[in-house]
Amino acid sequence: MEINWAFIVSNLPLYEKAAWLTLKLSILGIALSLVIGMLCSVILFYRTKGLVRLVQAYIEVSRNTPLLIQLFFLYYGLTKVGLTMSENTCAIIGLAFLGGSYMAEAFRGGIESVSKSQLESGLSIGLSNFQLIRYVILPQAFAVTLPSLGANCIFLLKETSIVGAIAIPELMHITQDLIGIYYQTFEALLMLVVSYLVMLLPLSIALTWLERKVRYAQFGN
Amino acid sequence: MLNSGINVIIEGVNMQRLLLGLAVTVRIAFISIILGSLLGILLGLIRTSKSKVITFICRVYLEVFRIIPILVWLFIVYFGVTNLLNIHLDGEIVALIIFSLWGAAEMSDIVRGALESLPKHQMESGLALGLSFWELYRYILIPQAVRRMLPGAINLSTRMVKTTSLVVMIGVIDVVKVGQQIIERSVLKTPTASFWIYGLIFVLYFIVCYPLSKWSKKLEAKWEN
Repeated sequence: MEINWAFIVSNLPLYEKAAWLTLKLSILGIALSLVIGMLCSVILFYRTKGLVRLVQAYIEVSRNTPLLIQLFFLYYGLTKVGLTMSENTCAIIGLAFLGGSYMAEAFRGGIESVSKSQLESGLSIGLSNFQLIRYVILPQAFAVTLPSLGANCIFLLKETSIVGAIAIPELMHITQDLIGIYYQTFEALLMLVVSYLVMLLPLSIALTWLERKVRYAQFGN
Repeated sequence: MLNSGINVIIEGVNMQRLLLGLAVTVRIAFISIILGSLLGILLGLIRTSKSKVITFICRVYLEVFRIIPILVWLFIVYFGVTNLLNIHLDGEIVALIIFSLWGAAEMSDIVRGALESLPKHQMESGLALGLSFWELYRYILIPQAVRRMLPGAINLSTRMVKTTSLVVMIGVIDVVKVGQQIIERSVLKTPTASFWIYGLIFVLYFIVCYPLSKWSKKLEAKWEN
């Protein structure tokens, strides 16, 4: 089989644009889900009355339904009852809704990983509250949380492949279009895979490196 | 306005059709979970081997599925491989292949993690007692490893069920596709159809996945020590 290089070159700008869009959507989605996750884990940690139930319900709903259905409901469903949002807004809300619960779990795992004896030892050697947080809790919680936060970022970036289903011209969507219009299946798929590799490989390698880097703070290793 | 639309769910045979669509979704998930687990356990056992080459190959296999989104994989096989080999593959077959291979990759990591987390003295005590290789796995290692891997394996199953929603993108008539057909047919009579139908599909997925994730959490809490 022969690769149609001219086709690849002429469509490269299209993929570049789509990749930027994918990145933009995932960065916004990740940022929002970090905020939601942080809020949720704080509410769960302090057991804020009334809100705990709500947060738990949100986490269950978000974790047990697929993103595609969340998007369809947001985009096609809500507009019929008077709430119309642009595709990009829907995508970001969908990603944040999904990612929020994953981020909340990551934060919770980090906070819970710091054993009680650590806090007590810190207090008994006369650390102030700030020092306790700064030198005892944060470094240890961070070491546990960071790998899962990174994994969640990669997970959300990959999930953006689904938002093409609501007519956003991201990588999957334009690939489908190119296959449909020109029937250059192999070339379109090749560019698709390469685009994802260019975005995800560095991220994944950086994450592995980072994980090794922060592990020193873990107690008992 | 809202009250007038909810009927679309029970109108005619709509509910039956949606449930039949859900059965397709669940069937794909079920078969791939079984195939993926079997293959994954095998791979997981292989990954504990000492040969660097073998573990490297298995690792690459896992990472390849982790880095490329599943939807891309579905496209590669559905559009690319069929085109390359000049064959036709049904969307459902493609879904089964990809989900099984992906499940196997993730499962192998769970199995490897469980086996490697067992304290070394368990194996050494077994050997010291004079157990054979088979007895060692049958009575010492596997029972303990199963406890450690079951919560993760159930979690993986929930993820696989959720991911089956993507098969609509490669032309499988699953619950989402049936929903779209119903919406298109009733859009003139019931403009709010998409709200109710997608809302219902949302709930249906939740009903399938929620018990699984609850079960996994329960086992995790029970076997914590």
